[in-house]
Amino acid sequence: MIELTEVTKRFRGTRAPAVDHLTLTITDGEVVVLVGPSGCGKTTTLKMINRLIEPTSGTISIDGVDVTGLEPHELRRGIGYVIQQIGLFPHRTVRENIATVPRLLGWEQARVERRVRELAEITDLGADMLDRYPSELSGGQRQRVGVARALAADPPILLMDEPFGAVDPIVRAKLQDELLELQRRLHKTIVLVTHDIDEAIRLGDRVAILSVGGHLEQYAPPEELLRAPANDFVADFLGSDRGIKRLSLIRIADIDLEPGPVVPPGTDVERARAVMAEYDTDWVAVVEGDRMLGWVTDDRLDGRSTIDGVDLEPFLTRLTPDDTLEEALDAAISSHTAIAAVFDDERFLGMITVERISREIVR
Amino acid sequence: MIAQVADQPFVRWDWIVDHVDDIWAATWEHIVLTAIAVGVGFVISLALSMLALRHRRTYGPITWVTGILYTIPSLALFAFLVPITGLTTLTAEIGLVSYTLLILIRNIVAGIDGVPASVRESAVGMGYTRRRLFLEIELPLALPVIVAGIRIAAVTTIGLVTITALIGKGGLGFLILRGLNLFYSPVGTTQIVVGTVMSVLLAVAVDLSLVGAERAMTPWARSRHR
Repeated sequence: MIELTEVTKRFRGTRAPAVDHLTLTITDGEVVVLVGPSGCGKTTTLKMINRLIEPTSGTISIDGVDVTGLEPHELRRGIGYVIQQIGLFPHRTVRENIATVPRLLGWEQARVERRVRELAEITDLGADMLDRYPSELSGGQRQRVGVARALAADPPILLMDEPFGAVDPIVRAKLQDELLELQRRLHKTIVLVTHDIDEAIRLGDRVAILSVGGHLEQYAPPEELLRAPANDFVADFLGSDRGIKRLSLIRIADIDLEPGPVVPPGTDVERARAVMAEYDTDWVAVVEGDRMLGWVTDDRLDGRSTIDGVDLEPFLTRLTPDDTLEEALDAAISSHTAIAAVFDDERFLGMITVERISREIVR
Repeated sequence: MIAQVADQPFVRWDWIVDHVDDIWAATWEHIVLTAIAVGVGFVISLALSMLALRHRRTYGPITWVTGILYTIPSLALFAFLVPITGLTTLTAEIGLVSYTLLILIRNIVAGIDGVPASVRESAVGMGYTRRRLFLEIELPLALPVIVAGIRIAAVTTIGLVTITALIGKGGLGFLILRGLNLFYSPVGTTQIVVGTVMSVLLAVAVDLSLVGAERAMTPWARSRHR
């Protein structure tokens, strides 16, 4: 656990503090993103954790131990550090770059080599990459080496300062996914700085929004930030589309589903048409227990007494409880019926409507 | 008198053949004087550069003092030193070393200043101590610029060593000076030519081997376009 208590940083020659009485607790195994406009002290805050910058007042402790009680270089060898420009050592091969901290810690050669291979695998770097120099790598590859290097000595904490700021948007999205995937396996405590609110929402378990002068405006999980911004600054920073952004954070499993226009087999047509009217659709689905048999449009029921015996159409778009409301919205809109069906494997769970999704946007 | 010179050979090859040992001894002395000058100059320059890098305010005065040393005519410097340190190797080296300082310090400081800030930041952030940062990161990365300085210093020193013949040292300069004293005799011109040619060859050889050494020590700089 990293605890910042009443931390203030005032740089020499400036009147206003860069960080002002900041108190923040970062729990083990979570990704905390510090985000805010330039001048909000997010990078300063990050660098105070590994003492690249010393606080003017206040305390920072890791697992209850005040960081100022440790030799700075000893402290830093136990904390992974990744910066935007990466800062790979140009005179060292990828292998040697990754081995940096284990070498500083005096690991023996065989152990270093084993660890380097392991990390190359974890970060998806080919073994042929290891003997290259950084100048021979692409931006995305360099970034991966930077992450591998930071993870080399298996530090419990990883500090990342705009780690994906220097790569193009497509590579950035890929690297973000890789980081999340890595985190699912490694459970590090990650503190990441960015100015990109979308990146913060995407990566953070919790997001700290800072305003100029290092004031903490809100510190909450992304979903909560988007649902209930603490003040106008936060709302503005999140953007006017924060409702839509929030959809990507809510899983279908998190909301109540509606049964939708469904009837059991053997229902008479009159009853089926009543259900259609209730949902304002021109189709009805037939469900037996929790098994979805298919759907049929109103006009195909003419001249019948019950719905039995008509040819049913299958649902082509099938959502799962793990899908997000963003995906559900996409499916519902493109289905022209404005309704999408949700399945857990073969089990029919219910329907989700555009109207139901839009309630989450405005809430 | 001109006609008389024209009758005689300009270079007497037989003299060269007879004096191979002398020429080699002079060349060796030249190499030793140069190596000591550049070696000692480098050690002093490295120390002063570290001081300048650690305490930026000292960089101005350091370049100012070494700059003045650099501008003193070598002849005048030796004339000034002889009453103090005599006709010794020490006198020669004091002069030679002082001429290397400005070039070397400028290049060492520029080379280390040229190390990207991101490399320095990531190194410190991963737990490098100041000492290891300097030796393992900054110095190797500054190597191309530092070696460029050493090349200039070495070639300049090889030329300057000949002047120290005036205080009884001089390596190949000694041959040139002796040749001058025997001017217009074939033995004299032969020695001037031998001293000059050997000095130039030495400078070229040293320069090329430094280029080679730099390439061997900076494999990363070569593979950029692989």
